[in-house]
Amino acid sequence: MVKQRYWEDVKEGDEIPTLPKIATTQTLVKWAGASGDFVPLHYDDEFAAASGLGKSIVHGALKRQWLVQLMTDWMGEEGTLRKFSCQYRKVDYPRRMKSLIEPKEGETWLCKGKVTKKYTEGSDHFIDCDIWVENGKGEATTPGKATVILPAKG
Amino acid sequence: MLPEEVTKFIGKTVGTSTFQVEREAIRRFADSIGDYNPLYWDQDYAKKSRYGSIIAPPGLICAPWYNNRRVAWGGKDPGAEEIIPGPNMAKAGYGRILDGGVEWEFLHPVKAGDTITAEMKIKDVFEREGKSGKMAFTIRETTYTNQNGKVVAKARGTAVHPEG
Repeated sequence: MVKQRYWEDVKEGDEIPTLPKIATTQTLVKWAGASGDFVPLHYDDEFAAASGLGKSIVHGALKRQWLVQLMTDWMGEEGTLRKFSCQYRKVDYPRRMKSLIEPKEGETWLCKGKVTKKYTEGSDHFIDCDIWVENGKGEATTPGKATVILPAKG
Repeated sequence: MLPEEVTKFIGKTVGTSTFQVEREAIRRFADSIGDYNPLYWDQDYAKKSRYGSIIAPPGLICAPWYNNRRVAWGGKDPGAEEIIPGPNMAKAGYGRILDGGVEWEFLHPVKAGDTITAEMKIKDVFEREGKSGKMAFTIRETTYTNQNGKVVAKARGTAVHPEG
């Protein structure tokens, strides 16, 4: 979470500071319980294999919420996330657990973004961004867009 | 061609659910994401913010818990299976379902303790021939209204149904 960001301080082309995330089998259990998504693709390896996915996959919606955090961290408390969209293009596989709390070595996902447009509408000051989640191979598995309203110094 | 038992849902309201956004549900949701923003966690901090209260992370109310719930304890739930296209999609040869993505518009903050009513419509159901074979898509649109009658969010979700 940054100190407050103001519209005047943002330029088109600016990069949003990267937010790293790790999905583990444990994270997926927590997300399933918190979101109410009990689709077996996310915890039953046999079921996921029978669906042609190999093994259990990370919920697209969890990656989506990482991207929401990317934006809410960036815009600061006086910012407003007005629009948000993303598509789940490629599947991701969670890291296994090494201990009760530690993940095994493996992939780290990077939530990234770039400012594409800066404009005003009425009295509101808008910023549009391209956002995406990158897997360990550098592929954007979850591309999206966000529009935020930032405070202006006036 | 999709059968009438699937296409009949296009344009129909398929479910309404009313639920309270509980503080503990907000914490569990934020914890599972690994988001420790004090606006979701710290009541004293949040009280002094412009919201005057703990708020829900954008998107929480769009989670499956709160949409067209098919769990046993909801009033409308026993009949929910009959009013969504899901089971009929399987009969039409599309038994699998994947989340394709979302488009959201957030119009007002959602605060801990708010009561939200979610009304879901099936905007479209269609088939497409892709690289990896035939697929069907279900487009759902949901409007979220709070206890003061304000529309707080609008969501459009895409479900992808690979053939088989």
